[in-house]
Amino acid sequence: MTLASEEIYDDGPLYAAAKKVYPQKVWGTYRRLKWIVLWIALGVYYILPFIRWNRGPNQPSQAVLVDIAHSRFYAFFIELWPQEVYYFTGLLILAALILFLSNALFGRVWCGYACPQTVWTDLFTWVERVIEGDRRDRIKLDEQPWTADKIVKRVAKHAAWLLIALLTGGAAMLYFVDAPTLMRDFFTLKAPFIAYLWAGILTFTTYSLAGHMREQVCLYMCPWPRIQAALTDNDALNVTYRFDRGEPRMSVKEAVKAHAHGQPAGDCIDCMQCVAVCPTGVDIRKGAQLGCIQCGLCIDACDAVMTKVKRPTRLIAYDTDENRDRRKRGEKNLYHLIRPRTILYAAAIALTGSVMLYALLTRTNSHLSVLHVRAPLYTQTAQGGIRNGYTLRFSNKLSEPSDFALEVSGVPGTTVTSVVAKPLADGRLGARVDPDATLEVPVYVTTSPDAKVTASTPITFTAIDAKTGERSVVIDHFFGP
Amino acid sequence: MITDPGHVDKISGQTTTGHEWDGIRELNTPLPLWWLYMFYLTIVFAFGYWIVYPSWPLVSSYAPGLFGYTNRTQVAADVAAGQAARMQMAAGLEKASLAQIVADPKLLEIALAEGKAAFGDNCAPCHGSGGQGQKGYPNLTAGRWLWGGTLDQIQTTITHGIRADDPDTHTSLMPSFGKDGILKPEQVREVVSYVRTLSGLDPEQGVDVAAGKKIFAENCVACHGEDGKGNTDMGSANLTTKVWQYGSDLKDLTFTIAYARNSTMPAWGQRLDPETIKALAVYVHSLGGGT
Repeated sequence: MTLASEEIYDDGPLYAAAKKVYPQKVWGTYRRLKWIVLWIALGVYYILPFIRWNRGPNQPSQAVLVDIAHSRFYAFFIELWPQEVYYFTGLLILAALILFLSNALFGRVWCGYACPQTVWTDLFTWVERVIEGDRRDRIKLDEQPWTADKIVKRVAKHAAWLLIALLTGGAAMLYFVDAPTLMRDFFTLKAPFIAYLWAGILTFTTYSLAGHMREQVCLYMCPWPRIQAALTDNDALNVTYRFDRGEPRMSVKEAVKAHAHGQPAGDCIDCMQCVAVCPTGVDIRKGAQLGCIQCGLCIDACDAVMTKVKRPTRLIAYDTDENRDRRKRGEKNLYHLIRPRTILYAAAIALTGSVMLYALLTRTNSHLSVLHVRAPLYTQTAQGGIRNGYTLRFSNKLSEPSDFALEVSGVPGTTVTSVVAKPLADGRLGARVDPDATLEVPVYVTTSPDAKVTASTPITFTAIDAKTGERSVVIDHFFGP
Repeated sequence: MITDPGHVDKISGQTTTGHEWDGIRELNTPLPLWWLYMFYLTIVFAFGYWIVYPSWPLVSSYAPGLFGYTNRTQVAADVAAGQAARMQMAAGLEKASLAQIVADPKLLEIALAEGKAAFGDNCAPCHGSGGQGQKGYPNLTAGRWLWGGTLDQIQTTITHGIRADDPDTHTSLMPSFGKDGILKPEQVREVVSYVRTLSGLDPEQGVDVAAGKKIFAENCVACHGEDGKGNTDMGSANLTTKVWQYGSDLKDLTFTIAYARNSTMPAWGQRLDPETIKALAVYVHSLGGGT
């Protein structure tokens, strides 16, 4: 658009320095819940790699292991091969659906309690508070000139942060190689360079994200708050300032005066405690907003104040905008936790979960894949028969060798030959596959010279595991002129 | 940036940029300062990149960068590493005989993989990617072999070639019966029809097949045998199969008999190491070799 010349425009700032947030200590229901989630999350993170799981000889004995060198993923009784990556796809779909459902029920509970950014920021803030003191002390310390005391506190804080960051980044490596071995090698400087490199990278990211970036990650880097804004609805329980009860806000003294004059007075005494404890520095009284990770700490802070001034608690609470409007109209609170949206999400979770469980339970230890040789599609042999070539691959996921027998059916009067698979006593072709390995078996299927062959006939390959009796069936085609 | 102080967004209390689309004004939200510093950091990084990696074009060359890094040397190193790993595996092929390779599952797996790769590099241009051949170049999957289809025969043929520049190469020449005047055009026509009947194809209508048979007996049986089944010792084709290297129609057969084909194949022993040829022999044999 063109600007009218007489209009006056002023140069606003292009960049704004981040306003440092000094979250104040708080205690209450949600703070306790956050600590519990934090210790569970960190506990799982640090203990999981050390859980042992016996898989027999020549197999890793770590319960959860991402073995990139041998392209295997182990999780307790599950061993996944790279071609089974769809389990991870399923897991991601499941995770997304659970996130949607939790969002439809309780808003950003993920952000507020379980997100690694929140967990580690919480931990780092706690360390900061232990070393530098609470909100006021930290503000004062920041304004102070550099004294010995300040230097000691700062050095101690950053050292503690870096140590936690190193333990975080180092622990991530434990998921990729045998944990006890790596622990020993890491500190005796015998671990591979790549382990130090990644531990270093993750140490740096942990230190900078949890120590320095904090709420900036949520505000500017993370896409979830934007997605969340699109997912929330009137019935989702979000951390809400009960506007109807709190306004007009005024001090306790003013409220007494207002009441004396017959004027309305809200419960909010404008003490700003909700803002002081907020880890992202927002004012919840402005309503739902991007910066609010809905951790509920303002609820704890407000409850403490309300108890002190002898007013009912939960002026800030998990509530809906819908209920606020209902109360204004003099109606009762209504909670719609079960509604089409949540039922749909829950059903989708159940469906995805069942499909994955079914796939996992019916997962076989042997597998057959068949690839028709494309060049040539078929060959006329010197004897006059038609020959098709197939490249079979037998997979043996067990930790001991497997003997496979091959059955081919669908095209009558054919002979099946292979240089890799050898004939068994009963005439079928057989091949032995090494433990935890695959074997490529080129197979030729040839018709007798006088056989009539159509352009395309379905042909069935069945690999039978002699020991387990598992059958892997693949249907392909037999081509002719 | 231009901001209109007169336009403050009522809900957020923020000034707007003054840009308006259908009544919606853009809030003037300043970017975080650290974002700007990140941008400066990328500029610093870019300078570092210039210094460390080859990036500056010069008149006839380029600035090689601090460590002289190039993708090309990286690829060469990777190829060398691959080659070293390959040589380790190929070591087993060097000592074992062809029969031993085929009998040992591990050696067979290596030989087939290596042979397939070598076939693609060296043989596929003529014999096709899957050994299916093309007109003039034998189909290796059909089980019909001019010079024999056993492992040893295939190894010999690959090593010394056919009518190649090699003292031990396969040599034999079919006379150009028509061109050299050994047979008259009518006789060529008759023998073509007879040869077609050997593999069950129809003779040309109105042509005296019996006469053709007589000409065949007089001129061809020395190499192709009385039954026309050929002889792998002299590379004479088996004429009784369904597979024809140069085609089986009247025109193709007439040309073959009148001018002779006598195609050639290089002696690969001069170009490839013995292990690769062993692997090739095993692979080609797996495509349709005989015993």
